[in-house]
Amino acid sequence: MSALPLISLRSVSRTYRTDGVAVTAVRNVSFDIAQGEIVAVMGPSGSGKSTLMNMIGLLDLPSEGAVHLEGANVAELSEDRRSSLRARSIGFVFQSYNLLARHNAIENVALPLVYCGVSRKERVVRAEQSLQAVGMLHRAHHFPRQLSGGEQQRVAIARALIASPLIVLADEPTGALDSRTGAEILALFAALNRTGQTIVMITHDPGIATQCRRTIRLHDGELVSDETVAELLPRRSVAS
Amino acid sequence: MTMLQGFQIALHALRLNPLRSFLTMLGIVIGVASIVTVFAIGSGAQLRLQEQIRSIGANVLMITPGAVYQGGVRLKDGSKLTMTEGDVQAILEQIPEIQAAAGSLAGTAQVIHEGKNWNTTINGTTTGHFMVRDWQLASGRYFSGGEESGAGKVVILGSTVARELFAAGDDPIGAQIRIMKVPLEVVGVLDRKGPAQDDVAFVPLSTAKLRFLGSASNINRDSVAYIIAKVAADGQMAGARSEIESLLRQRHRVPAGQEDDFKVQDPAAAMEAQQGAIRTVALLLVAIASVSLLVGGISIMNVMIVSVTERTREIGIRRALGGRMRDIRLQFLCEALVLCLLGGAIGVAGGITLSMTVARMAGWVTSIDGEAIGLALAFSIATGLIFGFYPAHKASRLSPIEALKTE
Ligand SMILES: Nc1ncnc2c1ncn2[C@@H]1O[C@H](COP(=O)(O)OP(=O)(O)O)[C@@H](O)[C@H]1O
Ligand SMILES: [Mg+2]
Repeated sequence: MSALPLISLRSVSRTYRTDGVAVTAVRNVSFDIAQGEIVAVMGPSGSGKSTLMNMIGLLDLPSEGAVHLEGANVAELSEDRRSSLRARSIGFVFQSYNLLARHNAIENVALPLVYCGVSRKERVVRAEQSLQAVGMLHRAHHFPRQLSGGEQQRVAIARALIASPLIVLADEPTGALDSRTGAEILALFAALNRTGQTIVMITHDPGIATQCRRTIRLHDGELVSDETVAELLPRRSVAS
Repeated sequence: MTMLQGFQIALHALRLNPLRSFLTMLGIVIGVASIVTVFAIGSGAQLRLQEQIRSIGANVLMITPGAVYQGGVRLKDGSKLTMTEGDVQAILEQIPEIQAAAGSLAGTAQVIHEGKNWNTTINGTTTGHFMVRDWQLASGRYFSGGEESGAGKVVILGSTVARELFAAGDDPIGAQIRIMKVPLEVVGVLDRKGPAQDDVAFVPLSTAKLRFLGSASNINRDSVAYIIAKVAADGQMAGARSEIESLLRQRHRVPAGQEDDFKVQDPAAAMEAQQGAIRTVALLLVAIASVSLLVGGISIMNVMIVSVTERTREIGIRRALGGRMRDIRLQFLCEALVLCLLGGAIGVAGGITLSMTVARMAGWVTSIDGEAIGLALAFSIATGLIFGFYPAHKASRLSPIEALKTE
């Protein structure tokens, strides 16, 4: 690929300082992510996966090194600009779904567009399309508590997709789901990736990682391996 | 995010907990209601005074009986009619600044026209009375010279009396009415001057003395109860006043060093002073009501701080989905503003209701002006901004990562 990588990390470190004690959660990590990739980030608990994802998602800045989004050093952007980029270019999916409990599915899905300055009418149209894409349109007016975990996560994915982001960042998206539902969510991500959506997914389930073409492994904040397999292992959904 | 969206989000959040929202804004409701009520009662009282001042007319002096000594005992002011028609004549002739003057005798009686009757003030006076008070006729004429000197059986009605005795479209001029069994012809109806002034019927002074007070032996044939006099110009009030005082002392033979048996007053000035006092009291009450507004503001701040803490995770989610710090600040500021504006609106409605109830039950005049309502709402908005800013600022400063971690 000759084009500029979507994301590039150069010698990124992140050190937390609490009560004078410094904890380095991510240490000297460098890699690129190209448009259209699906990347699994693996590692034991506390190895720095979430810290890394927060930096890619512009929620946090490295203590050292630089994160570039489409060639721009994100540390050099203003806080407001990073917020706008989060609304337009990043789609977050969390382990605990993080839907707003007091808003129904369609309102939750439309939320990023509020911060993109999209009109109410258009928000509704696009939220419906997005819900349709994850098979949740029939639950548009249900509140999170009326939905199962898998359904909530589908709504959350619809929300992550609504602004047509450059990249979807998922932090253990199946961590709170049973294995069957988790597999369905995973299939959804795989299908999205086949349409060209760039996805970075944190997981500590090796079974899940094997379904991603590329796997980055962290240990104690350091990058220990970055492997791309030529061909995916036999997968369940063959249609493409 | 726009202001409108901020208000939409705020309304959504507040609707979820209506009781809490209402209790939060109660302080504002009470504060605003008090301010509106105090203003309504205060400006009602002022309006009434202004009306009275207007009804007296500009540059009017009023002379009433003063201290009377009988065998060294000081009697109550006004217990004896010390002024006379001769005094009126002397004031008119000898004091150049006086344009018009009239003496009056007054009492209350029933006035009857056909089937209708009405209890009102009967004022026996001369045409000069209307000149002093700049009181024009709505129809008819004033008393003629012959009627004034010859106890003519004529009456001039105030507009309230005319309305009570005559059906609409019925012309009172030329009609016969009766007061204390005496038939009188209506020759004039006066312009409206104000509810307190229009309830009156005027007869010539000589008529009042001869036909209504004829048997009253305690009254000197020449007596009047009070005199009103019009001074030509505002700047001449003080001079005219002291000239009247020395003239009357001389005429009444008040010994040097003894108190006058009359009082010269400038009713408009006295009322203006009273008006100032009302304003002071009203301001004081508004200041007290503002304390309630302050307490209301603190209560809103308190609830907003709790709300920000409760909704830390929501803030984290909104930040992760692209909400800027200022969007979060706007959202919570809008919530505080909506609370205050809603509380203010309820308070305005409550204040209007309260002052109308007071007006009905206590018979006070109240007046609700846009200025007071505007002021109360401006206070509410200011309260919302001042007490909402800190919690909103706090919310906007939360780290999104930390906020997302909270349960
Ligand atoms: N805000 C923080 N303050 C201090 N230490 C932190 C903070 N966030 C994460 N850490 C530490 O950084 C390390 C990596 O955390 P994290 O990125 O959440 O790991 P993972 O997602 O792989 O489980 C852990 O040791 C954790 O305790
Ligand atoms: Mg983690």
